[in-house]
Amino acid sequence: MNHQIRIYCQTTALAELRVFLQKTLGDLHLPEKDQHQVTLAVEEVCANLIIHSHNCNAKDHIELEVIEAPGKLIFEITDHGEAFNLIDYESPDLKKVIGEKRKGGLGIILVKKIMDEIEFESHKGTNTCRLIKWFQA
Amino acid sequence: MISIETQKENGHDLLILRGEVDASNSVMLDQAIQKLLDDGSKSILVNGEGLEYISSAGLGVFMSYLEDLQERDIDLKIYSLTPRVFEVFKILGLDQLIPIFPDKTSAF
Repeated sequence: MNHQIRIYCQTTALAELRVFLQKTLGDLHLPEKDQHQVTLAVEEVCANLIIHSHNCNAKDHIELEVIEAPGKLIFEITDHGEAFNLIDYESPDLKKVIGEKRKGGLGIILVKKIMDEIEFESHKGTNTCRLIKWFQA
Repeated sequence: MISIETQKENGHDLLILRGEVDASNSVMLDQAIQKLLDDGSKSILVNGEGLEYISSAGLGVFMSYLEDLQERDIDLKIYSLTPRVFEVFKILGLDQLIPIFPDKTSAF
């Protein structure tokens, strides 16, 4: 069974996204620790898109689909904003984050540490980011 | 939703966080820490017992103060984090940069 949600590009929608993920991942009987981390990683990607690709324009939206596949869960995030390929994004060094007093940059580090695979494609204005988490059956 | 409360105790400032910190409300955490510093705090103890969730926006707030705090010799400690929130600090290695204690007694 697949699960989908559409959220509008405002940061207040992130709470709505978490409620959806908690419900969906709870239904899939994922351990609590994994639920928490996977929710965080998906939220980080969506927060990034909302803030940087869509400038918090509440008229824009993002779609998330959670796809169950054998041994893994796929989180497919689709948007029509400026393409941001997080695979190519070089995660900043923690020391640099502190030195520059920047409040951003940590999210992508979290996503890359939590997820097992990341895929990105952009085609005719539609960007698709797939976050894949493997699970033992 | 986030709730932030401050209390003074034996010369320390307690910052009591409850709820979920994300990109929509991390500015409140930033303002609360900035206010304690403006008021001359020398020791900030963050009570994370009621902190259910924190995303990179909130973690980034703590990170952005680390250098300043060190230069000004001001303590920032976090205590009573739930295991799942503590795990997020560990994933980023923040447990190596910010002193984190299991409970209030050990943080004092």
